[in-house]
Amino acid sequence: MLDPGPEKVIGPGHDFETVTTKIGGVVFMPFLRTPRQLFIGFACAFVLVNLFLVAVTWLFAKGVGVWGIVIPVAWGFAIVNFVWWIGIGHAGTLISAILLLLKQDWRTSINRFSEAMTLFAVACAGMFPILHLGRPWLAYWLLPYPNTMWLWPQPRSPLIWDVFAVSTYASVSFLFWFTGLIPDFGTMRDGAVKSWQQRIFGVLAMGWRGSAKHWARYQKAYLLLAGLSTPLVVSVHSVVSFDFAISILPGWHTTIFPPYFVAGAIYSGFAMVLTLAIPIRRWYHLEDLITMRHIECMAKVMLGTGLIVAYGYAMEAFMGWYSGNQFERFLFWNRAWGGHYFWTYWLLILCNILLPQLLWSRRVRLNILAVFLLSLVINTGMWLERFVIVVTSLERDFTPSAWGRYYPTFWDIATFVGTIGVFLSLMFLFVRGVPAISMFEMREVIHEEAGHAHGD
Amino acid sequence: MLTETRVAGQLKLYGLMAEFSQPEPLLEAARRAYAEGYRKMDAYAPMPVEGLADAIGFHSNAVQRCVFIAGLLGASGGFGLMWWITVIAFPHNVAGRPLNSWMAYIPITFECMVLLACFTAVISMLALNGLPEPYHPVFNVAQFARASRDKFFLCIEASDPKFDIDATRDFLAGLNAEEVLDVMP
Repeated sequence: MLDPGPEKVIGPGHDFETVTTKIGGVVFMPFLRTPRQLFIGFACAFVLVNLFLVAVTWLFAKGVGVWGIVIPVAWGFAIVNFVWWIGIGHAGTLISAILLLLKQDWRTSINRFSEAMTLFAVACAGMFPILHLGRPWLAYWLLPYPNTMWLWPQPRSPLIWDVFAVSTYASVSFLFWFTGLIPDFGTMRDGAVKSWQQRIFGVLAMGWRGSAKHWARYQKAYLLLAGLSTPLVVSVHSVVSFDFAISILPGWHTTIFPPYFVAGAIYSGFAMVLTLAIPIRRWYHLEDLITMRHIECMAKVMLGTGLIVAYGYAMEAFMGWYSGNQFERFLFWNRAWGGHYFWTYWLLILCNILLPQLLWSRRVRLNILAVFLLSLVINTGMWLERFVIVVTSLERDFTPSAWGRYYPTFWDIATFVGTIGVFLSLMFLFVRGVPAISMFEMREVIHEEAGHAHGD
Repeated sequence: MLTETRVAGQLKLYGLMAEFSQPEPLLEAARRAYAEGYRKMDAYAPMPVEGLADAIGFHSNAVQRCVFIAGLLGASGGFGLMWWITVIAFPHNVAGRPLNSWMAYIPITFECMVLLACFTAVISMLALNGLPEPYHPVFNVAQFARASRDKFFLCIEASDPKFDIDATRDFLAGLNAEEVLDVMP
C-alpha cells in the first residue's frame, strides 16, 4: 500500500530525485504504456466532444430555437451550465492562491491539477454565454472597442461586469498555471531523452535555470499572483451572482446571493477536484503523493462550504416568508411544492445538504469510494441548484399572463454533456502531457519534512 | 589534471562551479563566498531556498514596484474608460440615474486592476530574469542538468574582480563541495 495514511502529505522514502522521477515519469512514459483506463476514459470523453461539435453545429445552423428556451425562460440550460462550470473552476484558484497564503501543507500536490481544472472549467463556462448570444459571431460586441456605430457597452449592467470578470479570471488562471509550470518545464527539459521532447520543454521553460535571483523574483511574482487571485475569485462569483441579484425578479433579487454563490462555487469545485483526483491517483499510482490527508482535508472543506450553502437555502426560505411580499412567498411555495419542477428542489436538498452530512464521520471521509460517490452527488446537486434558481424563478414571475414553462430539448442536454466531454478530454491530455503535480513544490515539502525529522 | 585546468584557464572560463547535494551546504557556501568578497556569482537550486538570494547579496523589489504601478494604471484605466463611455462617448439616460454612476464602475475597475497587475507580475518577473534566454554558459556543464532535479550549484563568475582561477578553485573546494567544475563560456 503506497498511501501513508491520513497524517502525512507524502509517502515515506521520497527524496528530491524520486519525486522528480515519479511525477516526470508519468509524462515520459511511452505512449502505449499509458494506463489502459486513460485510453478508455479519453475515448469516452472524445465521443462526447464529437457530440458537442454536432450540437454546436446544429445550433449555429438553426439558431437558439433548437434549445428549450422560451419567453419568459430565456436563460435555460446555457446559463445554468455557465454558472455551474465557472463555480467548479473556483476551487482551483482557492487551492492554489488562498491555501498558499494560508500556508496549508496539503495544498502542494493538488494545486497544479486543480489549476488545470480551473482553466478547462472556465473554458467550458465561457462558451455558454457566447453560444447563448444567438449571433455568436458578434460576441466581440461585448467588449468596449471603437466602432463605426459609436456604440459602447453599458457598464451599469452586471452582464458587462461579467464579461470583464470572466475574461480576467480566465486570463489570470492561465497565467497562474503557466507560471507555476515554468520551473517544472525546466526539469522536464533537463530530464528529457528524446530530442523533440527536449525542444518542446526547452521552448516552454524559456531558459529557466533555477538561479537564486530567478527564484527570488519568481517567488515574489507568484505570491503577488496569489494575493491578487484571492479577491479575484471572490469577485468573479459575486459578479456572476449580481447577474441575478441586481434584477428585480423574486428568487433572484436577494442580498445573500454573493456569499452564497461563492460558497457554492467552492463546494462544487472541491467536489470536482475529488472526482478527478481519486481515479487519477489510482491509475498512475500516485497514492504516496496525493495521500488520504489530501482527500480528508478536501472532504472537510466540502462539508464546511456545504453548510454555508445550507444556510443560504434556509435564508432564502426564511426571507420568502419574512419579507411579507406575496411574490416572494409565492415563489418559494412554487419552488418547493406547487411548481412542476418542485422535485428538483428536493433532489437538490438531498444532494447538497442531507447526503454530505455523512462527511461528519471520519470513517466516511477516509473511505475513498464514499468520498468519490459523494463528490459526484454534490456535483449533481450544485447543477440542480443553478437549475432551480434559473428556471423556477423565470417560469413564474409577477403576472400569471406572463408565466411559461421550460422543457430542455435534446440539444440542450447534448451541449451540456458535450462540454463535460471537452473538459474531461482536456484533463486527460493534461495529466499525460504536463507534470500534473508541482515538482519543485514537492521538493520543498520533502526538504521541510526532512528538516522536521532532524529537528525531532 | 593540472595541465587540463591550465588549458581550460586559457580558454577564458565563464566561471567555476561548485556542486552540492543539499541546500544547507549551498547556503553556507554562498554566505562564505560573499564574506570572502566575491560579488559576481549565482547560486542554482531545483527549488526556492530560503535566504539564498540574501546570501549572494541579491536584493530587488522591482517586481513589486512594477505590479503596484500596473495595478494603479489598471484601476484608473478601467474606471476612466467606464466614465468616458457613460459620460462622454455614449451618454444614455437609464431610469434617471446620473451619467457618472461611479458605483457601478467598481467591479470593472477592480477586474482591470487585477488583470493588468497579474500580467505585469509575470512579464516583469520574466523580463527582469532575462527570460526567454536560449543560451547560457552554465548549461555547458554536464552535471548542471541535475540543477533542476536534485543538485545545488554555486557559480563564481570569471568577471568578478577577485576571480583567480587557482585561488577561487581552492576556495570552492574548501567549501565542502562535492566537485568543482569549469564552466565554459
